[in-house]
Amino acid sequence: MSKFRKSNAKEVPAVSTASLPDIVFMLLFFFMVTTTMREVTLKVRTTLPTATELSKLEKKSLVSYVYVGPPQKQYTKMFGTEPRIQLNDQFAKVSDIPDFILAERAARDEAEIPFMVTSLKVDEFTKMQIVGEIKQELRKAAALHINYSSRKKIEVK
Amino acid sequence: MRKTPEIPSASMADIAFMLLIFFLVATTMDVDSGLERVLPQMPPENQEQDDTPPIKERNVFSVLLDQYNRLMVEGEIMRVEDLREKAKEFMRNPTNSENLPETKTTEIPLLGNIEVTKGIISLRNDHGTQYGTYIAVQNELVAAVNELRDEFASERFGKTYANCTNEQKSAIREAIPSRISEAEPKTIGGKK
Repeated sequence: MSKFRKSNAKEVPAVSTASLPDIVFMLLFFFMVTTTMREVTLKVRTTLPTATELSKLEKKSLVSYVYVGPPQKQYTKMFGTEPRIQLNDQFAKVSDIPDFILAERAARDEAEIPFMVTSLKVDEFTKMQIVGEIKQELRKAAALHINYSSRKKIEVK
Repeated sequence: MRKTPEIPSASMADIAFMLLIFFLVATTMDVDSGLERVLPQMPPENQEQDDTPPIKERNVFSVLLDQYNRLMVEGEIMRVEDLREKAKEFMRNPTNSENLPETKTTEIPLLGNIEVTKGIISLRNDHGTQYGTYIAVQNELVAAVNELRDEFASERFGKTYANCTNEQKSAIREAIPSRISEAEPKTIGGKK
């Protein structure tokens, strides 16, 4: 029997860390696959409105974002406090939207264009005038499928 | 041949951790969601005005939002909370009332002859309306249609709309259409 007993049986052997890199790599690959990079730095503040009848945006690669809201603090000197439109990384005018949509289309596969969605991330307290103008421009550009981005409202019944 | 020394792999975990942390920080996990709507097509510029027949007054459910975020439905001031019930009543027309929209008997596959409402919800907002209020109203209108579809689905198929097959869904969509039209905004009530 003593043949099988180790000489220092009282000491607990250290946990092997040899598999640690593998575990970490597994996590790493998971995050690399699921990740979508933050593409824009927000220059406007958007507090989204709440709603209950939400539908998810399925394919993020097919979504183009239009941000509308008051400029963030560091930009108020140049751009004021009135709600502004942001496309990609810069402030834009309403008339820039058709070009933006065309550029977004050019960046996608032709087969995917019919499934493109424009997501409007608009601040709650924006006046509808600017939103109405954006909608007109989107209609002109034939980007008809839109999504009013909003947060989930917890319903009290 | 001389034996090549083994590459030390002790730091592998550290490197992997560093990458992992980078991706953790750069990741946005939140799913974007929102109210989905389809804008109407832009009419061709040289279109003749008014070639569509006028819509009867009883078939239109008019929703107005003014610059002070007040809501007027069918000529009376209303709270947003009551809009859903009112819209459902309009779309359903349970008593075949004279003031509520007409129905048209349509044959729909899977369902047979169904009384489909001819009602149209017309939403008009002011330039000064707040976006949050506008979304709240849109949400109530979409919710009204969704609830009607859900009720109809459980009545006919014994399950919620979301659980129906695609054929059943399109049949339900035909039976309970979602016609929300948005008029071009104009300034309602007073000057800014």
